[in-house]
Parts: sequence; structure tokens; C-alpha cells
Amino acid sequence: MTALGRAPISACPACAAMPAAEALAGASDPGGGLLLSLPTIHCAACIAAVERDLIRHPGVQSARVNLTLKRVSVAADTTVTPEALIERLAKLGYEAHPLDGATLSMTETDRQGRDLLMRLGVAGFAMMNVMLLSVAVWSGASDATRDLFHWISAIIALPTVAFSGMPFFRNAFAALRARRLGMDVPISLALILASAMSLVETAQGGRHAYFDAAVMLCFFLLAGRYLDFRTRAVARSAAQHLAALEVPRAIRVTGDTEALVALADLAVGDLVRVRPGARMPVDGEIVEGTSELDRSLLTGESLPVWAGVGTPVAAGEVNLTGPLLVRVTAAGRDSSLHRMADLVATAENARNRYTTLADRAARVYAPLVHLLAATAFLGWVWHTGDVRLSLNIAVAVLIITCPCALGLAVPAVVTAASGRLFRAGLLIKDGSALERLAEVDTVVFDKTGTLTLGRPEPSNLAALPRPALAVAAALAQASSHPLAVALAEAARTAGVRPAPVGDLREVPGYGVEGRWQGQQVRLGRAAWVGADPGALTATHLKIGGADPVAITFTDRLRPGAESAVAALMAQGKAVHLISGDVPAVVGALARRLGITDWQAGALPGDKVAAIAALAAAGHKVMMVGDGLNDTAALTAAHVSMSPASALDAARVASDIVLLGKDMRPVGAALALSGQARQRIRENFAIAVAYNLIAVPIALLGFATPLIAALAMSASSLTVSLNALRLRQP
Amino acid sequence: MNILAYLIPASLFLGGIGLVAFFWALKSDQYSDPEGDSRRILSDDHDDAPKP
Repeated sequence: MTALGRAPISACPACAAMPAAEALAGASDPGGGLLLSLPTIHCAACIAAVERDLIRHPGVQSARVNLTLKRVSVAADTTVTPEALIERLAKLGYEAHPLDGATLSMTETDRQGRDLLMRLGVAGFAMMNVMLLSVAVWSGASDATRDLFHWISAIIALPTVAFSGMPFFRNAFAALRARRLGMDVPISLALILASAMSLVETAQGGRHAYFDAAVMLCFFLLAGRYLDFRTRAVARSAAQHLAALEVPRAIRVTGDTEALVALADLAVGDLVRVRPGARMPVDGEIVEGTSELDRSLLTGESLPVWAGVGTPVAAGEVNLTGPLLVRVTAAGRDSSLHRMADLVATAENARNRYTTLADRAARVYAPLVHLLAATAFLGWVWHTGDVRLSLNIAVAVLIITCPCALGLAVPAVVTAASGRLFRAGLLIKDGSALERLAEVDTVVFDKTGTLTLGRPEPSNLAALPRPALAVAAALAQASSHPLAVALAEAARTAGVRPAPVGDLREVPGYGVEGRWQGQQVRLGRAAWVGADPGALTATHLKIGGADPVAITFTDRLRPGAESAVAALMAQGKAVHLISGDVPAVVGALARRLGITDWQAGALPGDKVAAIAALAAAGHKVMMVGDGLNDTAALTAAHVSMSPASALDAARVASDIVLLGKDMRPVGAALALSGQARQRIRENFAIAVAYNLIAVPIALLGFATPLIAALAMSASSLTVSLNALRLRQP
Repeated sequence: MNILAYLIPASLFLGGIGLVAFFWALKSDQYSDPEGDSRRILSDDHDDAPKP
């Protein structure tokens, strides 16, 4: 973080506020706005460092970091490419990704949030003013003064209720049309009845007017709604981030020319160039070139497979060594990747049927409230025959039982908990996921890409003679194949100087060969150097006429994987490992992590079957996986989690996304979700306790606006504070 | 109690100013990055001079 120590050179880039930046971009260069995602940015110093550095880049007019959304918007000339800025930021120590501006349709969400905040602000303003007037009435204003204060309250409260209560009225109307009783029906009824009743009372010079209660109800419930909205908006924008990271482009070859086109423009029969290291954009067949393919995201195998002319390829596979020319057999909507995504979308609907604690509470609560109010009204009419008094009492019952605490209890807890998880690097995509997470007793992990990074490291370097290692290092340096890169890096760390190997030549799909001390040396696939292919991931070294030597690799563990598994076991959860890879590799990893329940060679169907079997045995299963072969299992599980490096389809299928590389937050997330559920229950208990005290008072006709106001604010405050306790670790 | 005739309009007027200020803050995007803004205030870079 040496960048932080630099003296501020330019004037603060922060002064260029967002609108100003947009105006600038629009004036000088229409289309020059760039969006970058900065997942690791977190502090005040980071903002200054990033903005100051970006503005120094030639062609950049202004840069503005949004810390809440963890992204930076840059106004720049069209000559400035996102790649150049990403490289700059990488030097500063910040990971950055280009965002596809079109995918981020934030304006609609922004507008909704602003609308809700506006209604909340109006309700807050009205509440304070009406409360001021009400205090005067409570402390004994009488006759003309009281009437005057009631009238002024009415003038403030009625438009407020009409404006701020609109979201509730709309939802209640929709619920009634669908013949349901949601939480919004009693709320709307209470708001309308209280306002109307108070207006009539005021006109007749009555003692009790509930304008303050009606406005307060609006305010507290809107606060709950806003919290709920914010949680979902942050989750949605982060999820969109991840989607926008995958810019869907392909290189189309027509005749002699190559052009970068959008995936949607490709048609069956087109030729597509796939560079080494790139992901297959389409399903197709290789027509030119040889290479190796990494299919781990699709099948879970960690061993790359050879590919040559005529080999069918599927979207999502990674081309490793040589450039390939692929004839498209299925693109876009028809590709296997998309078919899988569609499958997941259908399965998603099934999971949405989960009823949350709040839903269950509302289902009991809404009829009960209406029944209570009706009983109070009928009882008092029968007892006294005074309709006005009876209506007054019924309204008081409605107001006091109204679910202020209930409407705040869940959003406040979910906001606090998911905020804390977000800071820990976990994104909860859906509110009910937190509750489902709390019920989990069994965790199923996938191997490649989930517990491991899908990045190999050599495991038997120590067994190799030093000169052979030097030759291997020299050969490995000539290739960008993942195994070669890992080998070269390991040799460098071990302090091995590469031997002087001449005539280096990479044979795509096979390996590297060269000449060392007059002998031919080769590093590559078993069959190419004349060795027996083993079960483990390996590359083979052959020096002259000597027997080939195998250099075996193990997959590098994801940081924190060991402690995450240990933490889960310490919490008493059963941990399983199911992988599509070969038994030798899976078994070794299971032993290393202390997992006794493991299954290798599992096809996607086997994974689903395993999870279904666990579910049938009464377990609540959490699936953690990243590949296309996991998507079905992710959807079948009670809750699912995937790392940010997972395929888009897998991320869509899962409820929780691990944003960082580290696996450690998984254990903490389960513990926190348990706490969150506990808090929600406590909050329900608090709300019920208040009602148990206040409802009899209202039923007996002793309720005054003062008591209603006290009960409402006290219960709302207690549940909010109780929820906030979650923020502390 | 005649003082009320002045005080009540006065208090409503003052409250109204607050409400208008809130609307203005909302319209000028001051709630789009609450977390960032709360940290920016700690930064040493001064932005009291407008950008050229």
C-alpha cells in the first residue's frame, strides 16, 4: 500500500460528483463512460488511491468510486480501454473487472429505492409534526385548542397517509384480488379506518384522534420495507456485477478476416477462432488445430483431454494450448450451456415455494387481527349499543395489534445479517436463503474449482534428480499450459536454474520438445513421450533414450478450505465430498481434509441422486459447487453456494455466492444464520408479548392514542435494537 | 393562546424547509453511495474548490 503514502498531486477527484462526471462524459465523448467492478475496495484510503491513480491515466477525465456498490465509473475518451485501467489498478493492488454497462439496468431499481425513500421521508416529517401537536393534546389541551390541534393534524396526516401508504394499499389490493390475506391487508385497513375514524371524531369534537398513530404506523412499516428493499438491491446489483463480468463475445472468422462479434450474432456453420486460455463460446466441432481442453467445469475431471480435428467441443470448456478453429453446431439459446441454464430456471420456481418464518407468522396473524377487531366491535355494540364508541375501540385494537414490530422484525434481522456476511465476502441472493441456511445439517462439497482452485501444483519434485528438474523447468517455461506454468513456477520457488535447452518447440496438444547436451528432450502427454498414462494428473519428462519420468500434480487447495471444513465439522454438520474426478484424486483430497464420506466419478445425475437420498433421509442439505455438472445438484439442494469463479449457470442456480477466493466464511455463515433465525424468533416473541399486554387494554376500551403511540414505538425500537445486535461479531 | 396562530405556521414552515431540503438531497443523488460518502469525509483531499 505504498500508494497511500504518496502526496496528493491532483485536486481531489472526488469533487467531480457523479452527475458532473456523467455530464463531462456526455459533453466531450458520448460512449466514453466505463464501469469497473472493484470487489476488494473497502476503505477511505482506497477511494482516494483509486480515483487519484485513474485520473492520472491519459484520456481519463474523471473517476468516481461508489463504495456501496464497490465499483468505479470512469469518464474517458474512447481511446481508453478498460484493460489499460485494469492493469493500472492491478499495479496498485486492486483486483478490477470490466462491467458490461448494458447488463446493469440499475436505473429501475434506483428509481424504486428513491421512491420508497421519498415516501419514508414524508412520513417521517409528518410524524414529527403530528407528534408535536399530539403531545400538547396528551398533556391536557381541551375544547377549542384540542379541536384546532386535531384539525391541523388531520391536514398533515391525511395527505401523508394517502401518499406514504400507497405501497401498502397497492399490495393489499393485489392480495385481495388474488383472494389472499397478506400482511398488507390489515395494515391498509388500520390506516384507512384510523384516518377516517379520527376525521369523524375531529368533526364531532371528540377526545380521541389517532392521526399520530396512523402516520407512525406508516413510518415504521416503510422503514421495514426500505431495509428489505436495500438488502435486495445490494444483492441484486452484486449478482448483476457477476453476470456483467462475462462479456459474451467470440472471434468470428470469415474468409481471411477475423472480427469480434457478440455471441447472439453467431449462426450455425460459422467459424470461430478460440485462442489458448479462452473459454469455448459455443458448441461445435474442431476443424483446425490441436490442443488440450479443460473440461473440469462441465464434468469435474481435473485431467485435461486431448483435442484435434473432429473433436466435438461444448460451450464452457477451456482451450489450453493451441489455437483452434471451431465450426459452430449450436450457438446462444441452443448451446448446451444455455439449455442447462433454462433447466435451472425451471427448477428455481420450485424452490421459491419455501415459506419463510415471516410468511408463516403473517398467515396466522392476519385473520387473527381481523377477528379480534370484529369481535371487539360486535361485543361493544351488543354491550352498550353505542356504535361510535364501539368503532373507536375496534380501531384502537387494529392499530395496537398492527404488525409494526412484525414488519420490522424480519427485514431488520436480514439486513443486519446479510450486511455482515457481505462484508465477510458472502452474497446472499435471496432473503429466505438465510433461514434455509440455518436449517442445514449436511454439507456436500464438489471438488474441482470448489474445494480446490482448479490450479495444479507439482507434488513429486523432491523425488526428481536435480539435472532432470532443470531440464523440465526449461521446457515448462516455453509453454502456457497450466501444468507447465505450475511446474516452472514451482521450480523457480525451489531455486532451480533452468538448464540451457535449445530448439524449443511447442507441439500444441502434446507438449514441448527441445535439445539438451545433444539429446532430444520432451515434456508432455504420456503417449507422446512413450510413458504409461497413470490415474493422477501428470506430465512426463523424457531425456534422450532414458525411461520417461512422471511429474505428478495435485490440485491446489482453495485458501481456507481446510478451516471451513473443520469449522463445519466442529458445528456438528455432516460433510460429504462428491466429485466427477477419478477416485485416486478425490480420495487423497478427502483424506487431507478429514472427510470420510466421499464419492468419485459422479455424473451430474449421480450428484442429484445423492442429494435427493440425503433429503429423503430427512437431512437439510447445503450444496457447494461451481461447475455445470453441479447445477442440477445445486438446484436440488435445500440451500446452495457457489464461488464467484463458477460458471454463470451455477451462480444463477445458487442462493449464496462466495465473492472472494477464501472459503473460510462458509463456516461462519452457518453459525451466523443460526443466530439470525434466533433473533427473528426473539423478535416475534417480543412483538407477541407487547400485544399480549396492549390488546386486552384496547379490548376493554382503555386505549388512548398515547398508549397506542407508546406501544408501537416501544415495540418497534426493541425489535430494531435486538436485530442490530447481530452486527457485532 | 393567540401566539399559536403564529407559532404553528412558523413551525410548519420550518419543517417544510427540512422536507424540501430532503427532496433536494434525494434528487441530487446524495443517497446513492452512503458508505463511500461517510469515508470520503475523512479524506485529506479537499474539494472546496470546484473542478475547472
